[in-house]
Amino acid sequence: MRSLATTCAALALTAAALPALADPDPADWDAVLDEARGQTVYWSAWGGSTATNDFIAWAGDRLKEEYGVTVEHVKLADTADAVTRVLSEKQAGQDADGAVDLIWINGPNFKAMKEADLLFGPFAEQLPNWQYVDVDGKTVQTDFTVPTEGYEAPWAMAQVVFMHDTDDLPERLPNMGAILDWAQANPGRFTYPQPPDFLGTTFLKQVLLEAVENPEVLMHPASDADYDAVVAPLWDYLDELTPALWRSGRAYPASGPAQLQLIADDEIDLAISFSPGEASTAIADFRLPDTVRTFVLDKGTLGNASFVAIPYNSGSKAGAMVLANFLMSPVAQVHAQDPEVLGYGTVLDMDKLPDADRAEFDALELGVATLSPDELGEVRPEPHPSWTTRIAEDWQSRYGTGQ
Amino acid sequence: MAFAETPAAAPRATLRASRSTLTFVPLLTLAAMLGPICAGLAGTVLPALGWYPAAGTTALDGAPIRALLAWPGLADAARLSLTTGLAATALSLGIVALVFAGWWGTRPFGMLERLLSPLLSVPHAAAAFGLAFLIAPSGWLFRLAAPLIGWDRPPDLLILNDPWGLSLTAGLVAKEVPFLTLMALAALGQSDGRRSLRAAQAMGYGRLTGWLKTVFPRVYAQIRLPVYVVLAYSMSVVDAAVILGPTTPNTLSVQIVRWMGDPDLGQRLVAAAGAVLQLALVAAALALWRGGEHVVALVGRAWILGGDRGRLDRVLRPLGLMAGVLSAAAVLAGLVALVMWSVAGFWSFPDVWPDTVTWRSWSRHGAGLAEAARMTAVVALASTGIALILVLGCLEAEHRSGRRLTRRGLWLLYLPLLVPQIAFLPGLQTLLLTAGADTGLLPVIAAHLVFVLPYVFLSLGDPWRAWDVRHATVAAALGASPRAVLWRVRLPMLLRPVLTATAVGLAVSVGQYLPTLLIGGGRVATLTTEAVALAAGGDRRAIGVYSVAQTAAALLPFALALGIPALAWRNRRGLHG
Repeated sequence: MRSLATTCAALALTAAALPALADPDPADWDAVLDEARGQTVYWSAWGGSTATNDFIAWAGDRLKEEYGVTVEHVKLADTADAVTRVLSEKQAGQDADGAVDLIWINGPNFKAMKEADLLFGPFAEQLPNWQYVDVDGKTVQTDFTVPTEGYEAPWAMAQVVFMHDTDDLPERLPNMGAILDWAQANPGRFTYPQPPDFLGTTFLKQVLLEAVENPEVLMHPASDADYDAVVAPLWDYLDELTPALWRSGRAYPASGPAQLQLIADDEIDLAISFSPGEASTAIADFRLPDTVRTFVLDKGTLGNASFVAIPYNSGSKAGAMVLANFLMSPVAQVHAQDPEVLGYGTVLDMDKLPDADRAEFDALELGVATLSPDELGEVRPEPHPSWTTRIAEDWQSRYGTGQ
Repeated sequence: MAFAETPAAAPRATLRASRSTLTFVPLLTLAAMLGPICAGLAGTVLPALGWYPAAGTTALDGAPIRALLAWPGLADAARLSLTTGLAATALSLGIVALVFAGWWGTRPFGMLERLLSPLLSVPHAAAAFGLAFLIAPSGWLFRLAAPLIGWDRPPDLLILNDPWGLSLTAGLVAKEVPFLTLMALAALGQSDGRRSLRAAQAMGYGRLTGWLKTVFPRVYAQIRLPVYVVLAYSMSVVDAAVILGPTTPNTLSVQIVRWMGDPDLGQRLVAAAGAVLQLALVAAALALWRGGEHVVALVGRAWILGGDRGRLDRVLRPLGLMAGVLSAAAVLAGLVALVMWSVAGFWSFPDVWPDTVTWRSWSRHGAGLAEAARMTAVVALASTGIALILVLGCLEAEHRSGRRLTRRGLWLLYLPLLVPQIAFLPGLQTLLLTAGADTGLLPVIAAHLVFVLPYVFLSLGDPWRAWDVRHATVAAALGASPRAVLWRVRLPMLLRPVLTATAVGLAVSVGQYLPTLLIGGGRVATLTTEAVALAAGGDRRAIGVYSVAQTAAALLPFALALGIPALAWRNRRGLHG
């Protein structure tokens, strides 16, 4: 009888310990590197921008060379696709070797995955390159107010800027009210990506941030009690703006990069971007005219970090961690910040870097259309994800279905 | 396949030996084609009613249908599916009928025919992108017109993504005219059109009116199924609708794909309900079209009895030719625009040509392009290879047993093309996941096979049956077994149609978007899925590169199909042609 109980207990213990045994431990980095060699990492990342696609291909080449890890970019039309994928795998009981090994993620998608226990971790803060990350100065440990707790690793900082074609709109616009006035005076010359595209939703949030009386309320989950009252000014603003939009708001560009084409064709003169360096990069690439410059609003603009996370059922967790660590490395960060490549803000703290690496950052030419860190002004934190989800949904029924 | 018993053509003794292996091929073919459809439909209908254990609901309470009805865009999306589908089908058929009626057998017709045939293999997505580059307010047509009208910036006109689906309809027409033209050409070979037309002309009928009154009814009876395919396809297309269709709201099919991709698993039930609605809409439209056939027949009979000799010929003849040329020119000019953008440096409005020409876009996409091309080739070659084996097996079984494909068999063959992809692929994906089968390359090949099989069968069937069986009799008399007859006489003689069927199969596979996207789970990236994924980014240079590569991948097999027989039989003059 006793032996039976012991056997059962032993079995239970083994069963409980098994997943932990199977997963690589980021604290033992050499073991991670050993295990990673030969693995293939399927990195699910939004595939709509050729600049990011090129960067991911570059990272893949470096990883193959230095660590023997193969990176396959699974180009997504929407990050939610990867989330769905992992979720349905979990529902179907496919708990090992899922289709997704690494996801470029933030905000509501991270919240959804973390709450559904779909993520591997914590791992991020044990990665060797975490030592260089700017933990105090940048929002790398919270994601849209949700604590990351090591379940995702930051790799780029983003901040809202507005791109304007100085041929037609020479002066910067100081606030959302001025943008509305200008749009109404120049009908058809402004638009934003169609929500639920993340950049389109970001535009809505930027409006909301300026329109609400007390922005503090946005830091807490939206409740039915106050939601309608808080967002009412947003709908008022859009009701005024929409008739003055490009195509009178009957069609919208599908994504951020699609706006670049519209500026290049001189269809619009003003567009939102979530990357201070995007305009300079696009000018270098012929995708924007060299008359484009950027500006931020007087009261600051939204900013956040881009992260990568590893699904709980990835079959290449070690390889994925090697990739996540590489993305935080000074060499990858300097490459990403180069306006000729991506023009993304770095997550690293310059004071923590070795001198040689810091010199590389200092040597970067930021590009004609990129604002200096001082000029970028105040970074406003992202609202709680619940606001994002609800305004994107409501936008669709208000403006997205021709009603 | 359902075959009817007819007197056996092959000698009995040879028949028994070969029957064992070959009898299963038609069954296997049927299973490969219809199995996924039936499974997929089941996997769609159950969730639509609320049964979806993966999302934790097993209540068959119809909640997803109520959620679908609550979507504010539903009425518009459903209306769009009907109007774009019916309009595209009616216009394509009308243009094809006018071109044939007015010009069949003339020199301009021959030229138009040569222009249209290669366009058949241009993938829908590439044609749609090309058209978008032409007709957008910033596109080529407006650039040409800009100096005349004095535009220095593109006019703020809602042309692409218009809420009425007009650009989408135009894009579909441009692609379906070549398809129906080819189908009508094949049908004409079997109807005694030339003599009918001569008789009508002798009685004083104009060429166009005479053709419509005497030949068209017979031709239409033969191309009825292809016309239905066009209708079902146009109503539920996804890739062309993503590129050209409206966005506020989307067409129903695009919205279903969006629901499928929502992080909230519950939305998949709404997607399933939408898919069922899409299926019902297609069924209703087919019924409506069938009713329309009767009306047209009634009116047409009165028109024929009226004895009008062709008062409108003078107007309709040039009109038909213009429409035919326009639809071909739109696709061709669109392809040229794609090529231009793929090598363009900075190119602003209203410049007709880019400032500089550069290979930069090609070299920067080279690596990704090569990988996607490799994957495209693997899937296309595998699915077409399997399809070819199955189809040859079916046809040989048909030949040796002496059974012919019946009318019901033909319907079964067309079924994969009539059931909208969007109605059963989501269900199939869900089933695969629930069954724990890894999505990836093999399921994608199987899914492609569903659509490649019917086209290979349709394209090889007629030339195969047209082969003179007396060749077999002679060979058998010389001591050849049925197997030797097949391998040493029939296949070599039919090399050209076999290669053409292969090219058709490859082109069909290259163009598949939804099966690759949904069944591949994102891991299988072909030229088509990459190109459509780029649509959202609006980077015309990248789109140009991928679309040109995609078109080349579809056209190359046709060039080979023309070249190989000439090369293989360079010392066998009798086998040419």
